[in-house]
Amino acid sequence: MTQLALVIDLNVCVGCHACVTSCKQWNTSGAAGPLFDDRPYGENPTGTFFNRVQTYEIGQFPNTETLHFPKSCLHCEDPPCVPVCPTGASYKRAEDGIVLVDYDKCIGCKYCSWACPYGAREFDEQQKVMKKCTLCVDRIYDETLPEAERKPACVLACPTSARLFGDVHDSESEVSVAIRENGGYPLMPEWGTKPSNHYLPRRKTRHKIHKDELLRVDNPLKKEDIRHEIRDNVSLDDWLM
Amino acid sequence: MHPTFSVIFLTTLIGVGQGLFLALFTEQSYASVNLLPGQPGAFYVTGSLIALAFLLGGLVAAIGHLGKPSYMVTRAWRGITQWRTSWLSRELILLPLVMFLIFLYLLFHYLGWEANPFGTTGVSGQLTLILGGITTVMVFALFICTAMIYASVRFLQEWACALTVSNYILLGGASGFTLATAYAAWAAPELVGFYAGWAIIITVLGLLSRGLHLIRNARLKGKSTLQSAIGVRHNRIEQKAMGMMGGSYNTREYFHGKSAAFLKSIKWIFLLLLFPLPLLLLWAGMDGNKGMLLLAFIMQYVGLLFERWFFFAQANHPQNLYYQTI
Repeated sequence: MTQLALVIDLNVCVGCHACVTSCKQWNTSGAAGPLFDDRPYGENPTGTFFNRVQTYEIGQFPNTETLHFPKSCLHCEDPPCVPVCPTGASYKRAEDGIVLVDYDKCIGCKYCSWACPYGAREFDEQQKVMKKCTLCVDRIYDETLPEAERKPACVLACPTSARLFGDVHDSESEVSVAIRENGGYPLMPEWGTKPSNHYLPRRKTRHKIHKDELLRVDNPLKKEDIRHEIRDNVSLDDWLM
Repeated sequence: MHPTFSVIFLTTLIGVGQGLFLALFTEQSYASVNLLPGQPGAFYVTGSLIALAFLLGGLVAAIGHLGKPSYMVTRAWRGITQWRTSWLSRELILLPLVMFLIFLYLLFHYLGWEANPFGTTGVSGQLTLILGGITTVMVFALFICTAMIYASVRFLQEWACALTVSNYILLGGASGFTLATAYAAWAAPELVGFYAGWAIIITVLGLLSRGLHLIRNARLKGKSTLQSAIGVRHNRIEQKAMGMMGGSYNTREYFHGKSAAFLKSIKWIFLLLLFPLPLLLLWAGMDGNKGMLLLAFIMQYVGLLFERWFFFAQANHPQNLYYQTI
């Protein structure tokens, strides 16, 4: 069974919002109709997005760290938003695990958005239906595109390659390896929704240097000193002298 | 959550309608075994008509909760398809069914159909009793479906408990029986004491259930934290940007947008309007004082509106962790 998903590397994300704008551009231009935008140049612009980048500050000055956190639908393996839909508009595809909304069946009751702990679904105030990330389902299977471009718009747009896309059920896929080897984790595991999207944590590269690594014990330049001071507990170094 | 008036009116109006039907049928079943004086068909016909009007009002209010009113015609029929998994779908099936059954109940009484399929056992009106029995089961099923829509969303911990279900049944029943008391003051004054008694009992039970729910929710601890939401283990995390500046669906739908003091005042208003005042008026109106009993119902219904508003506003959705407006 295939489960397509994104793996987002928080260690590399710089919070540039390129994934947000490319997502909006692609998904507002498709056959499903535009994504709502209200007062885009006004005082309080609002609209429907599938993807948002949030920013958090961890710790207290001066020990702070900035975390840029892209958030979109996690395409849960056990999606709580799907069974609650009264019309069957919300569904999870058996063939690739993508959670989708059929905009022609949705009655806009918003119940599915209540049943998502992540707030991944956004209501389209113009079309009056619920919308959410489609993993660019209209793009990833499009054979008129070169194979390298058959990926979600956000993945292609990311300048730091913080977003990986692939099948998390295939143990040898790029995403599975990244999750396995780089400590990939799901969001809010306490609810048992089994999100398919995973996040790779911020990682520090630390090198522990021990004192004896700075001071070479068998330094030949110290040869003479050692000869003069032979201690009681004679070591191999002394024998070598 | 952001309380929507369409849902507040839907749940309270159908609660009154269901409760009123239960009150009518309770009387009929008591009368069938001669515990109460039997009533002419007109008593049930007018009563059912009032119950239907409330249910219809609820149905109209429900249209307001759809994306577009036209979806009621073009798409809402699909709502009957997902009854296997969705409590909302089950409610969508049961609401028209209950209305249809109450209409049949009304019709049978109106036409005076008096078939006795179980023969002459001394119990008259067996046809309407059977029909009323089936309708009663469906009315309770509808109460459970309506409540389970909320109680089944495990992320909204304030709702996800059995008390939500008992609240919907008891508060709907209480308002229906209070209305029945007022109705009896006009249509059958000899029943006022019977109905007022039951209305008082159900209202007190409702107070018990709702009070326990309030106590439970006051001690509730959120299962999710900002730490689990973004997966960073640090005691001090502060959100600096939500990813938008002018607000979004996420900042509008999941928060009531009122102060804690406002919320608290609503709580005391509903506690007052829903329980002690109607109880007092019901007690005072036991002698058949029409104005007093009507006021009791109006007060309780308004209290129910406040109660439902509070019910929605109190629920704190875990997605708010990502949108620190709360």
